[in-house]
Parts: sequence; C-alpha cells; structure tokens
Amino acid sequence: MKSLTNKKKVLEQKPMSFWERLYLPAIFRGMAITFMHMFKKKETVFYPEVKREFSENWRGLHSLKRDEQGRERCTACGLCALACPAEAITMTAAERKKGEEHLYREEKYAAVYEINMLRCIFCGLCEEACPKEAIYLDGNIVESNYLRQNFIYGKDKLVEQLFKV
Amino acid sequence: MSDQVKLTIDGISVEVDPGTTILNAARQIGGDLVPPAMCYYSKLEGSGGKCRTCLVKVSKGSEKDPRPMPKLVASCRTTVMDGMEVQNLTSPEVIEARKGVVEMLLINHPLDCPICDQAGECDLQNLGYAHGASGTRYEFERRTFDKIDIGDKIQLHMTRCILCYRCVFTADQITNNRVHGILGRGDTSEISTYIEKAITNDFSGNVIDVCPVGALTDKTFRFTNRVWFTKPVDAHRNCPTCKGKVTLWYKGEDVIRVTGRKNHYGEVEDFICNTCRFEKKKTADWVIENPTPIERTSVISSNHYDTLIPLPVIQKNKVLIKANEEEFARTKKI
Repeated sequence: MKSLTNKKKVLEQKPMSFWERLYLPAIFRGMAITFMHMFKKKETVFYPEVKREFSENWRGLHSLKRDEQGRERCTACGLCALACPAEAITMTAAERKKGEEHLYREEKYAAVYEINMLRCIFCGLCEEACPKEAIYLDGNIVESNYLRQNFIYGKDKLVEQLFKV
Repeated sequence: MSDQVKLTIDGISVEVDPGTTILNAARQIGGDLVPPAMCYYSKLEGSGGKCRTCLVKVSKGSEKDPRPMPKLVASCRTTVMDGMEVQNLTSPEVIEARKGVVEMLLINHPLDCPICDQAGECDLQNLGYAHGASGTRYEFERRTFDKIDIGDKIQLHMTRCILCYRCVFTADQITNNRVHGILGRGDTSEISTYIEKAITNDFSGNVIDVCPVGALTDKTFRFTNRVWFTKPVDAHRNCPTCKGKVTLWYKGEDVIRVTGRKNHYGEVEDFICNTCRFEKKKTADWVIENPTPIERTSVISSNHYDTLIPLPVIQKNKVLIKANEEEFARTKKI
C-alpha cells in the first residue's frame, strides 16, 4: 500500500561486518561510557540526611502566621476555604473574649482550622485569597504517615511557633 | 391608559403611573439600568433620599419644560414627569458621582469584611465592588463605637453603620411608641434605642434584614458561619403573627439562620416575626418549598454544584435507575 505521508522509510537489513559480529568494540564503547560517569557530578541526594534546596516559589506545608506581637492573624473569614479548588480547608469561627486580645488579632478567630493534606493540591490559592496575610505555603514536604486521619492537620500543626525577640 | 406618564431611561421608554419615582420606573424596566439604592426601601414609608447612591441625570425635564435639571437628582425621591429623559449608565457624570458617593460612604465604614457576618450579601460591598475606588484618600481616624445589644437577639455595631435610617423607619412602622432613632447630628450621629432600651416588639428582628450593611446583626447567627457556605431554601410555616414566608439558611442538615425572603433588590417581601426568625430553627418546623434562586454572580452560589440531579440518560434507563437508587433518594430529599 502506498504511504499517505511520504515519510515511510524502508529499513534495509544489511548483513553484519566482521567487527560488528565480534561484539567486543560495542561492549568496550559501552563500558567506556559507564566509566566516564564515575568522574561526573553525582545527581543522587541522600534524602533524609541531605535535603535538596527548594526553589523560591516552592509551595509546601501551610503555616498560619502570627503578627509582630505574636497574635494569630487568621480571622476565620473563610475565603481560603472558598478559594480552595480541592475543598481541603474547613474552619469554625469563634468570638474573641475579653482578655484574649494578646492571642488573637481580630475580634473573630478560627477556633478550629483544619487542612486535609490528602486533598490539598498545593496550588497556593488560599495564600492568594487571604486578606489578612495569615496563611503561607512556606513549609516542608508533608510527612508520610500510615493513617489517613493523621493527614488532617489542625491548628496544633499549622500555627507558627511563638518566636521570642 | 391616558393618565400614564411616559419617560425614557437610558433610551428605553416606559409608561408608569403619575407620582412614581424614577427609581421605581427603572425597576419596572429592570436590568442593569436600575440605580443602586442603599437607603430607599420600597416597603418602608418615607425611606430614601439619604445615601445619594441612586443619583441620576435628568437631561430633559418634561415635555412642557424640556430644560434639563441643573444637578443630578436622587432617583428615589424624584417623581416622573411626562416626556422625561433620564440618564443613568449612559452618563459618565453619574458614574463619576456614584464613585464619589461610595468613597464618601466608606469614609467611616471599617473595612472588616473578613470579620463581618454581612459579607457576601452586603449592599455596600457590592456597590464598592462595582463603583468604588480601590484606595482611600481619607487620612483621619475612623469613628468607632462599642457594640450595643438591642435585646438579647440583635446586636448593633455602630462602627459599620452608614446612617441609612432604614431601621429607624422599620421601628417606626412596627411599633406605636418611638423606640429606636438617631441621636446627635452630622458626624456624631448614631443609631440608638434611648439608653439601650430593648425593643420588645414581635417584629423587631426585621431591622436585621433591612440593614444594608452589617451594623445590625443576628446574635444567634453571629460568627457561626459565612453566608457562602450556607444554602438558602425557601420555606413557610403557619405562623399566627406573620405570614411565615421565610428563607432558611442551611449548613449541612442544620438551619443556622432564618431571614425574610429577599427579592432582586435586597428587599424583603414580607416582614417576619421574631418567633420565626430566632426560635424556629428546626427543619421539622417548616414546610420546605424550593431552593432560593441565587444570582450566578453572587458569592453564595459559588462552589455549589447541582450534581445530585441525575442525568437525563439515567432518568430513562431502568437498569441505571436501579443502580442509582441511592442517588435518586438523595435528590428527592433535597
């Protein structure tokens, strides 16, 4: 049948020459390539001990930020949950009581804030949606675990540690 | 039909009864050319004329006197004349003025939409989004007030108030004695109930519905959820005091809020009583009618998909109906 595209090439199988039949030159050429790689830079990273550097726009584990006085910035407005295409974020809001002004920045705060890391696709839309600059995906890789329930990260894992000046 | 008045708004002509305001004439046409209104409320007598967001340009006064009106007029307060020509969206002057009005309304309004319960169904938020500038030129301190409890179910946060007087008219209309009004003048004026006196009227909860911003909020709903995570459903009940036609706001299986049914312009159809609003928060109390229609552009309709309606292919095929029995049952429930 005539080819439609004119790109068809007929393969001609010539009989092998004496050197080709020996196989040895091809084997030595292959060994030489293998040997050369011993002097090249190694690409392998020994992961838990050595960590590869993240790029600047890397998006990892979320962290809920505190302001300069150490108060939680999140006000449970729900915009991150609305923006989330994977519906990974849920929260429950509560009202700040008197005497809690040093804990929470706004009069409303997230009493419960959970991200399901199995649902999360690390797109960073929550970061973009946040009007209070409270959530950033500046963390590490999410740690592995055996149980699905352990991938639901609550405030205990997400909120940034208090820093002392 | 001879005593009808003919006018054109943005080039679209309409015939209305004499004595109708320009705003109501525009609402008879409908669509985008209706001027926004923050203070005018068709169910409240005497409301309107305060916020100036409904400003329009009258380029031809009437058939007898074709001179244009010298200034922009508030369309909620100006009655129509025969042969009047009104410009709303077609006049750049109006758009510019409205932008100024929004900036003015936002001078003292705190930008705490992430906290405010009204966010997502707030008239001022929509107005600011449509007409406002992104920055403010105001350099002074915004006025702030402490929160006041009006009764045990309503909370007044004066900081957010834009002094539209809607709640004052509501209180005047539903009660015999004047219990709720505005104290002070100009910059210091504030909504008050005369030394935090509780409103005990059966219909007092309606001040929450008429408030265009989040100044008057439902304490039973306060901070429990964001409106865009809830699902509104029209329902009714046999109520001895009011008509009992309400919108239930569902979160999952629970009714977390009850409000009056709001129309396209954010106005309730019928005022509802406090028993319906605050106490009947069980599905068993109500007869569910249908999901409330929500505009596609509203944040309330975002992320809500009607995936539970089975495809027409499934609805005809008996084998597939049997396979999807569970899904059909769920559809019926909704």
